[in-house]
Amino acid sequence: MDRNEIKVIVITGLLLATFLFAVLWAADKRHIDVPACIPYNSKYATSKITQLDSNTYQVFVVAKMWQFDPAEIDVPVGSTVDFYLTSKDVTHGFNISDKSVNMMAVFGGVTETSVYFDKPGTYSIVCHEYCGAGHQNMTGKVVVSPKKQK
Amino acid sequence: MKISKPLRNVILFELFFPITLLTLGIYHGLMQTIYRSGLVHSAAEAHLDYYQGLTLHGVINAIVLTTFFAVAFGHAIMAYYLKKEPDIRFARISLIFMVVGTLMAAYAMLSGKASVLYTFYPPLRADPTFYLGAVFLIVGSWIAFWGWIILYRTWRKEHKTDKIPMAVLGNIANFTVWQICTLSVAVEVLVFILPWSMGWTNTINVALCRTLFWFFGHALVYFWLLPSYIMFYTFLPKLAGGKLYSGNAGRFSFMLFIILSIPVGVHHQFGEPGITSGTKLFQTILTFGITLPSFITAFTMAATLEYAGRKRGSKGLFGWMAKLPYLDTKNYMFGYLICGLILFIFGGLTGMVNASYSLNSMVHNTSWVPGHFHMTVAGPVYLAIIGMTLYLTSKLSGKPVRFPNLNIMVPYLWCIGILIFSYGLMSGGLLGEPRRTNLGLTYLNPASSQYRPDWIPSTAFALIGGIIMTLSALCYFITFFGTVFSKRKEEPILEFPDSELLHNEPTIGILNRFAPWVIMMIIVLLLAYIPAIMNISQYIGPGAQPFSPNNPVPMTF
Repeated sequence: MDRNEIKVIVITGLLLATFLFAVLWAADKRHIDVPACIPYNSKYATSKITQLDSNTYQVFVVAKMWQFDPAEIDVPVGSTVDFYLTSKDVTHGFNISDKSVNMMAVFGGVTETSVYFDKPGTYSIVCHEYCGAGHQNMTGKVVVSPKKQK
Repeated sequence: MKISKPLRNVILFELFFPITLLTLGIYHGLMQTIYRSGLVHSAAEAHLDYYQGLTLHGVINAIVLTTFFAVAFGHAIMAYYLKKEPDIRFARISLIFMVVGTLMAAYAMLSGKASVLYTFYPPLRADPTFYLGAVFLIVGSWIAFWGWIILYRTWRKEHKTDKIPMAVLGNIANFTVWQICTLSVAVEVLVFILPWSMGWTNTINVALCRTLFWFFGHALVYFWLLPSYIMFYTFLPKLAGGKLYSGNAGRFSFMLFIILSIPVGVHHQFGEPGITSGTKLFQTILTFGITLPSFITAFTMAATLEYAGRKRGSKGLFGWMAKLPYLDTKNYMFGYLICGLILFIFGGLTGMVNASYSLNSMVHNTSWVPGHFHMTVAGPVYLAIIGMTLYLTSKLSGKPVRFPNLNIMVPYLWCIGILIFSYGLMSGGLLGEPRRTNLGLTYLNPASSQYRPDWIPSTAFALIGGIIMTLSALCYFITFFGTVFSKRKEEPILEFPDSELLHNEPTIGILNRFAPWVIMMIIVLLLAYIPAIMNISQYIGPGAQPFSPNNPVPMTF
């Protein structure tokens, strides 16, 4: 190997180390992580919205051909929502716009993530995994209402 | 060199057959950009449903074309560089398996019984002929490989201390990975999916099947890619008018692919249950590892091309870029390969985004992902395949390429088309536009309550790119079929533009043997996949019944 090759390999190594550091730092300090994986329990297969305290909600979302259940989730601004996602049939996707919430709904499995809604508005949920003929109809939404109206 | 008629015919058929099917694959590629842009608001056009066509597009372009080509190219490489032809019986049986498999899958897809996309995720159920067809195609490619192993071992005995020819090394490395990664998809299909799709078993472990699929699924992309890498290392330097900067860099890259191609599949599953974040993080690190051979290749190719440019009399730091033979119609393979390399810069870097653990949440399953992989599989892979298909067809049948001026435009037009197309898909993906979705029915339909006008520009870019790509493909089809159906003018010959090394390089022992790399591969594989499978047995509940894509009620038999 000549000098240039060694130089390039070192630079590449440093670049990869930087990327890896960024990933670890985001997960550790900013809590930007991949969805958590929860042991399966049949209770998650029934959709449910539970208010845990004044600004925390727990939502069991059941994805099925071709709708999300619940299709609409209403919370006040400043809420943290814990989503538990599973599927009643084929594999579905669960992507909340502008929130980088991105999970797969898999039969027999539960995916969990927690989202903080700091701005009011309507956040659409799109199924982004092909789930059959009605795939393109499969949407839901999170409606975050301004606090004052409550 | 001369090539025997039987082997020549096998190779020529293996090149012709998938290109013929590709016309259908390209057609539905264009149709998808039309549906997705909202130009039409319909579920089907010309009796071909969107998702049925999408399945055809994926299976033909990404599985059939690539596998047939890898086998045909492998036969040619082994014969040319080892100066001895592989056993024709293996080549013939391999071809029969692959053709039968393809026809079975084509029947299932065209009759609308297999609109499950090329990933065939259960519990969506396709007709058993679809799965069996896939198995036949894959087993056919194994048989060709077994013939090469026999040939290689004979050669090894007679040339104990010789360097393995680089192309042979790349080809064996590629098929070693292929042989092992396809075992898991064979298990997925034969043990789990087939009995379940026939109604012999009631339910299927969905998460396990997905994991078995991705054990295969990411190695698959290197199986697509490595034939182009072989061309970059062995042909491109010569085509550019220079010499290869470092042969050992190439050998090392191919060996690294053996170790790291497979144990990275979980990076396709960051968003799903059953696999813990620790397992996901570990495979993130391995995925970063496999960018190393591509970075090495990028450097070696740049150094090689710079040398070629300077030899052609270029001046200054970047002058060499202007001196390369871009538009030489006699040297058209250069255009095909260089356009692929340019696309792969973007394809590779966007791939690192996908592999980056939580960053994946921004892009997973959005149209960003097809934006990325069209700059890899429809970039260096596709261009190297169609270019080399034309090259080999012309040489092996003794028919000079027809319409050389049309031909020279193909890669450049394609490159421009892909860049526009992928820009559209990726920018749309960042806005949340989903992949694999008939957007025209709802999201791009002003009459629908789901209408998303913010996705108009991105899907319009993809449409424009798609039209340009289709024009390029049309130019290619005219050139290819024009050449195939012309009269023989020269003696058939098997010949490659063989490159020399720039430096006098020593033989490095460990780069001249496969065994150490295969052992390391198996160790890393076990480290990466035992935890993944254990996670699934711990976190996943009951299995699923089969579902037709058209009905939310489980199928009964």
